[in-house]
Amino acid sequence: MISQVVAGAALALGLLNGCSASTSPAAPAVALAPAPRVTGDRQIVHVLNRLTYGPRPGDLERVRTMGVSAWIDRQLRPQTIDDSATERALAELTTLRMPIAEALREFPRPDPKLQAQVASGEMSRQEMLERYPLEKRPARIATELQAAKAVRAVTSERQLEEIMVDLWFNHFNVFAGKGDVRWYVSAYEREAIRPYAMGRFPDLVRATAHHPAMLFYLDNWLSARPDFIVPAGPNRGRRAGLNENYARELMELHTLGVDGGYTQRDVTEVARAFTGWTIDRPQTDGRFVFRPGMHDTGEKIVLGRRIPAGGGRDDGERVIEILTRHPATARFIATKLARRFVADTPPPALVTKVADTYTSTDGDIPAMLRTIFESPEFYSADAYGAKIKKPFEFVASAVRALGGTTDAQGGMALARASAEIGEPLYQAQPPTGYADRGEVWVNAGALLARMNFALGLASGRYPHVSVEIPALVAGAEPSAPAAVLNRLLTAIVADQAGPETRAVLAAQLGEPQITRMSPDDRGPANTDVAKLAALVIGSPEFQRR
Amino acid sequence: MITRRTFVKAGGCALVAYAGAPRFLFRTAHAAEASGKVLVAVFQRGAVDGLSMVTPHGDPGYAGVRPTIGLQPPGRGESERAVDLDGFFALHPALAPLVPLWSNRALAVVHACGSPDTTRSHFDAQDYMETGTPGEKATADGWLARAVGTRPAKSTPFRAVAIGPALPRALRGGIGAISMQSLERFDVRAGADSTARAGFESLYEQGVRDLLHGTGRETFDAVKMLRSAGAARIAPANGAEYPRVPLGEALRQIAQLVKADVGLEVAFADMQGWDTHVGQGAERGQLALRFRDFGAALAAFAQDLGDKMSDVVVLTMSEFGRTVAENGNRGTDHGHATAMLVLGGGVRGGRVYGQWPGLAHHQLFEGRDLAVTTDFRALFAEVATRHLGVPAAPLFPGFRPTQPPLNILA
Repeated sequence: MISQVVAGAALALGLLNGCSASTSPAAPAVALAPAPRVTGDRQIVHVLNRLTYGPRPGDLERVRTMGVSAWIDRQLRPQTIDDSATERALAELTTLRMPIAEALREFPRPDPKLQAQVASGEMSRQEMLERYPLEKRPARIATELQAAKAVRAVTSERQLEEIMVDLWFNHFNVFAGKGDVRWYVSAYEREAIRPYAMGRFPDLVRATAHHPAMLFYLDNWLSARPDFIVPAGPNRGRRAGLNENYARELMELHTLGVDGGYTQRDVTEVARAFTGWTIDRPQTDGRFVFRPGMHDTGEKIVLGRRIPAGGGRDDGERVIEILTRHPATARFIATKLARRFVADTPPPALVTKVADTYTSTDGDIPAMLRTIFESPEFYSADAYGAKIKKPFEFVASAVRALGGTTDAQGGMALARASAEIGEPLYQAQPPTGYADRGEVWVNAGALLARMNFALGLASGRYPHVSVEIPALVAGAEPSAPAAVLNRLLTAIVADQAGPETRAVLAAQLGEPQITRMSPDDRGPANTDVAKLAALVIGSPEFQRR
Repeated sequence: MITRRTFVKAGGCALVAYAGAPRFLFRTAHAAEASGKVLVAVFQRGAVDGLSMVTPHGDPGYAGVRPTIGLQPPGRGESERAVDLDGFFALHPALAPLVPLWSNRALAVVHACGSPDTTRSHFDAQDYMETGTPGEKATADGWLARAVGTRPAKSTPFRAVAIGPALPRALRGGIGAISMQSLERFDVRAGADSTARAGFESLYEQGVRDLLHGTGRETFDAVKMLRSAGAARIAPANGAEYPRVPLGEALRQIAQLVKADVGLEVAFADMQGWDTHVGQGAERGQLALRFRDFGAALAAFAQDLGDKMSDVVVLTMSEFGRTVAENGNRGTDHGHATAMLVLGGGVRGGRVYGQWPGLAHHQLFEGRDLAVTTDFRALFAEVATRHLGVPAAPLFPGFRPTQPPLNILA
């Protein structure tokens, strides 16, 4: 009885402060009695915060009308949602649809002779730019992909799918700055991630394992049996051999997890199994090919399972089968999903449930998501507002909260903003991708960058990104600052604003730069809604979802 | 005794010929108490190949295992050859800017240094090195944060600073470490309008002390102090030229904080791109280019700080080393021990420390990697103890040194 009272009090505190109970000192008490369930509009806000890049004006009402579970169902079946407006906005980004071979033709690598001439001073930088203009350089491909990501996050109706594309890209990360990945990265997301983001997990492993972007990024394209002599090309005649990079990350980061029970011996065996999985003419075609000559034909033992000699290309397929059916993989993937949708340290009971769904459905992603979205842990008051937005999530959610829209050009500006806050898109160099834990993203420089973005966005300083701030407070009398503030807070952070934040913003209303007095000084004439909106976007509450 | 002027004039490569030591080395003796001391940690993320950074050309096992990426032994007068250090080890030729520091005994090397944990996962190994607890994943805070935490409290937000987009694990913990990408941009940028800054400040001042609010409060303290110190306007001194790469930018800004006297105790910077599985190169190539930037940035930092370097120690680290033999792609895979550098005031430089385990097959760890003979915690603990004057036990819980101290610092 007493414990319940304590828990209730702790919770009430947590809610008031708009922070998760897990960071509150009374957190252990919560474990004694289950936290209450988030209900009503609060539940809708929670669902929108987790399944989308943040609510837009009107979303709450739309979900209320449709019903939460019907809305979630629809998001779980993205193919049923019309998204043609987004597709139209992306039309001008031509590299998004370009096959790799065409990208390699359209964006030739810099001519070494040209570079030498610039280095020696024979050619001026200006001349170089004319001969090799920026828009013909391969960096264009990643830039357009970044822009597309921002446009989709802001405008796509298939929000959950976009969230999952982001999650899986980071899970199977490739770095757009590494070598030939420059030309492959867009195709990678289009061919290996997006089609399976709401499909089956083993298909993601298979698709990424075969994709030239992954083969290049984690070096498997060069891995060969130990005594292999390169028959042709610039390295002709030289002895190649095993490269462990992909094999290790496949187990550590893609499937089993670092504590998944594999050994160095397993790494070497998996690397042997994938020998010969390579890229056909990487600089003109960039296609997967299996080269039997590079393959180590001997027997392999992976996690105690025997892969008989002579399996050829199927060795790699066998390894993927062994790994994706392993209970450690079920648990690792379940943890990742629960971390994204529930809390940085997900409740173990939920992880177990999601892992069970993985096992019983062969890694069906919507089924695992449904397990999460139907769980009491997901709707627990502990989970409400418990996640801190990644920089890109923050940027997209700010534009959405202000009723904003963007075109492709604006998408590029938003991608730069995300970089400034610490998350340059497609630029995570290590194979872990970007972290999904708040502690990684909260630091002094990044917080200031978030505030500066809020100021820039609300005052319309991002070209091609338009926000509709007056509409947020439509109906509120401009000369009644308190009413304007109330309307604004409800629109941007729903009921998440703590009393302190309300008090601070109310005090701001007294600043002459915010509330302009009428000429006769009899009372407020106008409120600088844009500046108030910037403060709300930069507030602690809006950094959470 | 050399004057500041001759030191300045002799800067850069000219210093190679200089027999004397820069003044900061003399000043160390009477700066015995630890106040004003700064430790700069530089993390080479991705596992640097220690055998290329400081190459054991005297080991008979070296040449044979690296047919295409091995360095040629040092040769007289050949500018692109490794630079001999002591007849056994040599510095990679792209690290030539560090040679004057070696000659002046400001730079020491610890070879075959690494973790007692045998993981070959970058991410686990980096975590272990940054928390200071190999094999223990639950450690919440970093060893550098604990180092700052055990020193007497100071009223400055700049005790611990990382230059970069995120706060590294080593500095996480309750010490209010700051991370920033750029000193120049470290402010609320709202032009002449001061209400925005004040508004944000009050938003983070109120409310619970959680991660966001706490960070916010520290942020605004730091903004104010940085503005009044004018740190971002301090230009590199002594003709120092930083390479225009992230590590160069980071060290340039760390030097600004040192010179602005904002109370810096620990600084952190990292450099990516050491994971050379493919086409690593030898005297030239991919890895050489990384070394060029790395060496130039460290050398510029020492030159920029000049006399102030007597209060500064730079410690470089990497999560592990790489395989002794080259792999099938003229690169190297994840290994075990590597080499670390210690540079600055009080360093007994001009020496390679640590016991050399040897490269013969039976001497290798698991038959493939350079064995660890110096636990990284022994090195880190010694630097922290002797330079910052902090006890080692809370920094590296559970660590019992099994060897006599390196005595790398006076």
